[in-house]
Amino acid sequence: MSPFVLHGIVIPAVKAAVFVIAMATMAGVLTWIERRLLGFLQVRKGPNRAGPAGFFQWVADAVKLMMKEDVVPSRAERALHFLAPFLIVVPALTVFAILPWGPEFSFTVPGLGTVTTPLYATDLNVGLLLVLAITTVGIYGVILGGWAANSKYALLGGLRSAAQLISYEVPMGFAVVSVILMGRSLSLVEIIQAQKDAGVWFLFPGLLAFFLYFLSGVAETNRTPFDLPEAESELVAGFHTEYSGFKWTTFFMAEYANMITISAIATTLFFGGWLRPFPNVEWLSFLGIVPAWIWFLLKVSFFIFVYIWFRATFPRFRFDQLMALGWKFLIPVSLANVALVAIAALWGPAGLKVLGVLMTGAFAVGLFLAWRRPARPRATERMGASAEVGA
Amino acid sequence: MVQYLALAFVAAFTAALVLAVLGIFAFLRPKRPNPTKLSPYECGVAAVTDAHDHRFSVRYYLLAVLFVVFDVETVFLFPWAVMYHHLALFGLIEMVIFLVILLVGYVYVWKRGALSWA
Repeated sequence: MSPFVLHGIVIPAVKAAVFVIAMATMAGVLTWIERRLLGFLQVRKGPNRAGPAGFFQWVADAVKLMMKEDVVPSRAERALHFLAPFLIVVPALTVFAILPWGPEFSFTVPGLGTVTTPLYATDLNVGLLLVLAITTVGIYGVILGGWAANSKYALLGGLRSAAQLISYEVPMGFAVVSVILMGRSLSLVEIIQAQKDAGVWFLFPGLLAFFLYFLSGVAETNRTPFDLPEAESELVAGFHTEYSGFKWTTFFMAEYANMITISAIATTLFFGGWLRPFPNVEWLSFLGIVPAWIWFLLKVSFFIFVYIWFRATFPRFRFDQLMALGWKFLIPVSLANVALVAIAALWGPAGLKVLGVLMTGAFAVGLFLAWRRPARPRATERMGASAEVGA
Repeated sequence: MVQYLALAFVAAFTAALVLAVLGIFAFLRPKRPNPTKLSPYECGVAAVTDAHDHRFSVRYYLLAVLFVVFDVETVFLFPWAVMYHHLALFGLIEMVIFLVILLVGYVYVWKRGALSWA
């Protein structure tokens, strides 16, 4: 087998198959993790019957959902109704080809000898741009699914979803731009390498960018407190009201896949990807015993935990509050952040270090002030004051 | 171009997986439609009109137009950010001018109330 066929076609195909199956499984396991964690956070048990600690609950759910009747409403646009789940789940999983799970590793295949290949399917020089572009395609699925069902709840849910997704796309893009200013590349692998060269995670000079990114990311994945598209008290189930069975399942596969994507990109851009903590500090080199891909998974797992923690903690936004947060707060702040990072980047790595110290200091002072300030008892009062606006 | 092949593989496998599950289980899952089950969901009352007959808020259109403006701006920022260390001060001043022009439009839109959802 020629090296071109091996490295150009066979290995990417095998990796693609592994990624798709692994991600479909991970999405299932995540539903179990989420329900167990929510149970823990709300002082109840969560699923605990099927298998040890209820682990096989997700298998039971998957089988049940696949065996369910596939109802297509009689007035629906049948072709679009069929197409929408694909438009959502295919982009959500396609991004996994670019996510850098780990550096190169070698293994021996009988008859081929030793093969060295990185732990990601492909590294592109436009990687970050492509991640944003591909995940955005999912919006078409949301709005088509909502429109095709020909149901009022689904239509309103689809419109709201699309409005929310495009609104938070903008601050997310600006937050990413400030990382590119520091990393000088769009390739995810090169951004990790740049953090190794700089000797510090981009979290510190990009502290503000990180919060902007993760906040927008939570909104992009339709998770609490931004789960308005599925606000069951207002819109039944939003854009997927008229879906059932496995088509319904694909929406949730996509949601969990998107959660993993946002967490993985946050890890790559701000937390050094697969690098161990303090990659250039010599006396911490014993941390290198843990393989790189485990560091990556640990960081991703932490963000997924934060997602679930958010869900157990925060109440849902109102739609006008959501829009105001996106357009009137996140956009100006993220623009200011780009300008700030650009000014610091004029002095190269030294400028970024100064910015990192300033950012971290400002954050610490902010935390201290928030801790010192007495709790405000008039939450209901404040909500009453702005009650004249209705979505 | 060959490095983009992996993306095509993942996309194709995902679509194939969903299609396969939908296809195989079509033989196993029940199919017992009736007019009530197939009617669009509407709180238990039969739907009188199509959902597509109804009009919805014009703000969604306005939002989409504003999004295009800001997203194109983001696209401008991407190549600028990659080459920023070569452009240095020239790049900074140039981009500040660009952003100030956009900011004028942003303030105007805000003052006209296009960003308020009420």
